[in-house]
Amino acid sequence: MKISIAGLHKAFESRIRLGIMSALAVNEMIDFSLLKEFLRVTDGNLASHLKALEKNAFIGMEKSFIDRKPNTRYFMTKKGKAAFDDHLEALERLIKSQK
Amino acid sequence: MKKQQGYIRDLSEIRCMMERSSKFFSLSGWAGILAGIYALSGAYIAYAILNFRPDELFYKPSGILSTGLPELIWLAISILLLALVTAVFLSYQRAGKRGEKLWNPTAKLLLVSMMVPLVVGGILLLFMIFNGLLGLLAPFSLLFYGLALFNAEKYTYGEVKVLGLIEMLLGLLGVWFVEFGLLFWALGFGVAHIIYGIHMNYKYER
Repeated sequence: MKISIAGLHKAFESRIRLGIMSALAVNEMIDFSLLKEFLRVTDGNLASHLKALEKNAFIGMEKSFIDRKPNTRYFMTKKGKAAFDDHLEALERLIKSQK
Repeated sequence: MKKQQGYIRDLSEIRCMMERSSKFFSLSGWAGILAGIYALSGAYIAYAILNFRPDELFYKPSGILSTGLPELIWLAISILLLALVTAVFLSYQRAGKRGEKLWNPTAKLLLVSMMVPLVVGGILLLFMIFNGLLGLLAPFSLLFYGLALFNAEKYTYGEVKVLGLIEMLLGLLGVWFVEFGLLFWALGFGVAHIIYGIHMNYKYER
């Protein structure tokens, strides 16, 4: 796992990836189109960020069909939750220490 | 120092996304203002034209059915529908402006959390009408609406909780001072909605 100085996670350097994790932290599952709506990004952009998070095993996905249309729903894994919490703590620590 | 600001912005964006993805924020303040105006007009019609002025809890069912009770029920249903259609229409517009769809999981959560107290309250009001408990109609509609709002606050603006508490307080006062039931109803559904709507419009939509 790549961790930069002070415990900030490399994977969360991108605002979009941070946004995906934030949304998944408070929702059990979110499908692709809703994530797109929340983050206001293009399909391709969102897909590449999701793939990066999946590669880290921070999120998982579940494919199903709704009215015969494919639907992909994403959720946060335990590992993702731990990494996200660490990242939040690191952010808070950094803000406090520089005050 | 520049980095510092970046961290703070990261944190505030995390918070913002958590809220945006778990709460329904498309409800427009205008919906509250218009609902309040409908309610005030309705209360006036009920009081001045239909002569709905119960000053006791209980009326013999036979006696009151002749004095405009069906009209009163139609009036109440029309106001409710008008307020609902207005709220849905304005929320649809607002969601569009924010680049969101109206019907998303947060809207569903909000609706379900409100539906339970409202449906139970609605059925109770029907039973009360059949049993002549006319003095309790206005205060009980306030009470159940207040409970619904109080419950719904988890999924939308925090102000909704305060509005719910005010409605419940007015409902309780209406049970105690039955002769002022319609007045409290007009305050709760009319004046409180208008003030809430103006506040929300001023705070979030300008």
